[in-house]
Amino acid sequence: MSALGKVVRAGVGRRRVQTVVMVLTTMLAVTASIMAGGLVVASQAPFDHAFAKQRGAHLTGRFDGGKATSEQVAATAHLPAVTAAAGPFAVVTATPQFGEGGLVMMIGEAPLTIAGRAAAGGPVDAVTLTKGHWVTGPGQIVLTVPEDGPRMGEVGGTLSFPALPGRPSLTIVGYARSVSRTADAWVAPAEIAALTRPGAAPAYEMLYRFAHAGTGAGMARDKNALAAAVPPGALSGTLSYLTTKHAADRETATFVPFIVAFGVLGLAMSVLIIGIVVSGAVSAGTRRIGVLKSLGLTPGQVGRAYVGQALIPASAGTVLGVVLGNIASVPLLAQASDAYGAAPLTVAWWLDLAVPAGVLALVVASALAPALRAARLRTVQALATGRTPQVGRGRLAARAASRLPLSRALTLGLAGPFARPARSATIWAAVAFGAVGVTFAFGLGSSLSAIQDGVNRHNPGQVSVSTFAPPPVDAGSGAGTDAGPPPPPEPVSADTAAVARTIAAQPGTAGSFGTVEQQATFAGIPGAVRVTAYQGDSSWGGLQMVSGHWLDGSRQIVVGRRFLEATGKHVGDSVTLEGDGRSVAVRVVGEALTVDDDGMHVAADTGSFTALGRTLRPDTYEVHLAPGTDRAGYLQDLNTALKPLGVEGRAQDNRISSTIIAMDTMIAMLTVMLVAVAGLGVLNTVVLDTRERVHDLGVMKALGMAPRQTVAMVVTSVAGIGAVAGLIGVPLGMALHGYVIPAMGSAAGTRIPPADLHVYHPLPVLLLALSGLVIAVAGALLPATWSARTPTATSLRTE
Amino acid sequence: MSSTTSVIDIREVRKSYDDGPAALDGLSLTVRAGEALAVLGPSGSGKSTLLNLIAGLDKPTEGSVTVDGVRVDGLGETGSARFRRERIGMVFQFFNLLDDLTVTDNVLLPSQLVGAGRAQARARAAELLEYLGIARHARAYPGRLSGGERQRVAVARALMNRPALLLADEPTGALDTASGAEVRALLTELNSDGQTILLVTHDLALAAACASRTIELVDGRIVRDTGSGGRAPDLQSGTAGGSAAGSAAGGSSAVAR
Ligand SMILES: Nc1ncnc2c1ncn2[C@@H]1O[C@H](COP(=O)(O)OP(=O)(O)OP(=O)(O)O)[C@@H](O)[C@H]1O
Ligand SMILES: [Mg+2]
Repeated sequence: MSALGKVVRAGVGRRRVQTVVMVLTTMLAVTASIMAGGLVVASQAPFDHAFAKQRGAHLTGRFDGGKATSEQVAATAHLPAVTAAAGPFAVVTATPQFGEGGLVMMIGEAPLTIAGRAAAGGPVDAVTLTKGHWVTGPGQIVLTVPEDGPRMGEVGGTLSFPALPGRPSLTIVGYARSVSRTADAWVAPAEIAALTRPGAAPAYEMLYRFAHAGTGAGMARDKNALAAAVPPGALSGTLSYLTTKHAADRETATFVPFIVAFGVLGLAMSVLIIGIVVSGAVSAGTRRIGVLKSLGLTPGQVGRAYVGQALIPASAGTVLGVVLGNIASVPLLAQASDAYGAAPLTVAWWLDLAVPAGVLALVVASALAPALRAARLRTVQALATGRTPQVGRGRLAARAASRLPLSRALTLGLAGPFARPARSATIWAAVAFGAVGVTFAFGLGSSLSAIQDGVNRHNPGQVSVSTFAPPPVDAGSGAGTDAGPPPPPEPVSADTAAVARTIAAQPGTAGSFGTVEQQATFAGIPGAVRVTAYQGDSSWGGLQMVSGHWLDGSRQIVVGRRFLEATGKHVGDSVTLEGDGRSVAVRVVGEALTVDDDGMHVAADTGSFTALGRTLRPDTYEVHLAPGTDRAGYLQDLNTALKPLGVEGRAQDNRISSTIIAMDTMIAMLTVMLVAVAGLGVLNTVVLDTRERVHDLGVMKALGMAPRQTVAMVVTSVAGIGAVAGLIGVPLGMALHGYVIPAMGSAAGTRIPPADLHVYHPLPVLLLALSGLVIAVAGALLPATWSARTPTATSLRTE
Repeated sequence: MSSTTSVIDIREVRKSYDDGPAALDGLSLTVRAGEALAVLGPSGSGKSTLLNLIAGLDKPTEGSVTVDGVRVDGLGETGSARFRRERIGMVFQFFNLLDDLTVTDNVLLPSQLVGAGRAQARARAAELLEYLGIARHARAYPGRLSGGERQRVAVARALMNRPALLLADEPTGALDTASGAEVRALLTELNSDGQTILLVTHDLALAAACASRTIELVDGRIVRDTGSGGRAPDLQSGTAGGSAAGSAAGGSSAVAR
């Protein structure tokens, strides 16, 4: 081994702690970068990527089997505009019940579009199985992964169709995701007959890819060509991928500001920490560089020796980081893909190359700069460095600290940072970043859960009573006019007034109101808007308000952001509600948090519709229970009372959307990494510092400084910096939060209610401000203990 | 203090590092209060090791070390730290002053570690600096002082808590002849005021001047002991410098204790 090689190897081997720290920091930096980078990359047009990967259907055509034969439908595949096609698949719409034995749960206002399909793959819409396997024969069904909310049942569970003759029952064998949403469920082709009601016309589905699918106009031309190729009226409905893409892109856009903010934070932190650790390690070796030079090494050789010394542990850390980053990304990207409604994502391959390359380049640069600087110092100067560190610096601070009424160990520690300003600045920066991360994460988590609560306000009751009795026949089988969701079933004629009275009279009811959804038109807005009409006192269950107030009188509406933008109105203005040849002026009394229907959703009192001449009967009652009421007991009594009316109440719990779960997971993982990296930065710097001062520490111990006093002194030397960094990091984190959350809201088409934004209450802020102190102390504790344990005789022998 | 009280009582101590040969090999030693013991011996004979054991900086492999009535070898880290700060003063070859503290702050350190009253400690430090003739450097930083001055600061720091025992390892080793003579005189003066001193040295003049007793170590064993109350006749020639510290101290001999 060459002399240089020996120097490098000794440099790595002799400094075990520093080497371990360097391995750990590069590992964490690489892991964080890959995770953050992976998410950022995945959040770039995930729909487009997943769509391309699955060869998604540009258009899903639904054909009436009574008007066109299967052969005629199949022939549309050869139209000139069509570049690929799949089908025809027989389809049927049916409403299932999930469960077994006595416990049958209605899932049903939403019937399923079920396609008979023998294989998951194919030239178009190659769906991705996320669980279980594809249907292999009769009696099996594969369900689509729900966008939100719980799955209908686990793989192995059953799904039955009690409204169909023979009450067919299917086993769930898998879950799959079709990016183009061509069906809700898939069965073997032969199964379709069993799911079709006698006498119903068969229906087919054809999936197409077109040459020119980029624009709505191109899609319309292709659709017309399709309609012309089959007998008139045979093309009963279509679903364009543009509709699905629009919805998916909106969902994605919500994520992007948050991912980018955390990604940038993570990357900046990685760069900073590598700089700190590597350059710190090299600077600490200045004296050693002087010795090497006095032995005849050239500055170039010194530079190479130190770069080599840094690269060995950094490479090890990088390799570990790549592995760890890819492993840690699996659950994170799975969450993200759930949230994006896209196919499972993987870390982009080029990230696995780019991140290590970037990190190692950074290591070389961070090592080279101080090594060359040290190498250019005159040898005597280098030799003197560290022995008598910049005497004179921080004397004022030292004097001031010594006057404080604290024990000497503490005042010595407090004065420490001022003697080494550069090193203190690095600790400061690392801790401040950590504090920003923690503060931001706390705010983000709190805001997201507050927003989730707000979104859940659409169904605020602890108990809800639906005035739909279970439908006597399969309500969905005839509704095959469009491949989109069929219209909801008609309510049975339960006496809603009697239902309302019964609920109100029930002991334990603290409040209740009825809601019903209406399609309505507003002057100035093309097309119908979905309106939820509230009947009764809904003050306890209103939506979260951005501005104005909740409904408290007749002819009032509360709207979302997009509605105001579309109409150009403001809170306080009147808009005209039109319908059935009449119109009525209603006043916008408030803007609420709503992301339904792209933020176009409207809440109104039933009185507004009475003025239009419509008599509205609530289809759902939301019930709020008095504090301390046992819900199960309440439900039992309520349902007994409701039995004569033919309706039933059920427990309603807040749903947590998979988007929020995904974000929470990411927040947690990224915060842990940020804090760990910050702590490591502190640890490394304190290790360097105590190494350099080992002799002084030895002297103090010889004079009688006890181990606990030594620990206290070393810890205090960074605690002050940590506390200050925390104090500055917290407002920065709050500012970041104040910028990112509204950006996420505007991407989702809503403004964020002030209550959801103002999550930094005094107590949490106080605790967050202490986070800097905690990170600093945690990072310093280990090296402080080490230095307290170093035998004094050994310390004194060190020159 | 009675001259029959033993300040150091070492019994059958053996010390070996790792699996090397014994640095101290079955050494027994008793030092009475008021004695000034000089430890001589060639390099590597175990002198510093002996000092470390007495100061509780290291532990013997075998045997017992009792200092001022405390079983030092039985103390834990915290216990030995407390023991040092209350009963031992240490002076080193290379001064070991803290460069970023002023002379006064260096001297104050031991009293601050025991948590003594601030005003009292300052008065004691000022008194010591005055006594040692370095009062004019009280606010200076050690980097500016000469070697002899630095060593006097170190002595002041060692005396701050009125230790039962002053340990000095080559206190003149890094000093020129004149500074060495100053320190020599100072130690002699301290001892004549009743301070028990154990000093390790290669400096025969120092040993001759200030030691009331001399032992010589070779390979971790005592090969020669002049015994209490007698200076080795062949070493007595160096006593002449005794008055140097006396003049610096201005006769205020009560300060040392
Ligand atoms: N920490 C240690 N680890 C291993 N061996 C040690 C250690 N300290 C001292 N020794 C060994 O113990 C023996 C005695 O060392 P010591 O320092 O006590 O000698 P000394 O008499 O003070 O020498 P000098 O006059 O050169 O200062 C030597 O052989 C030395 O190598
Ligand atoms: Mg020695």
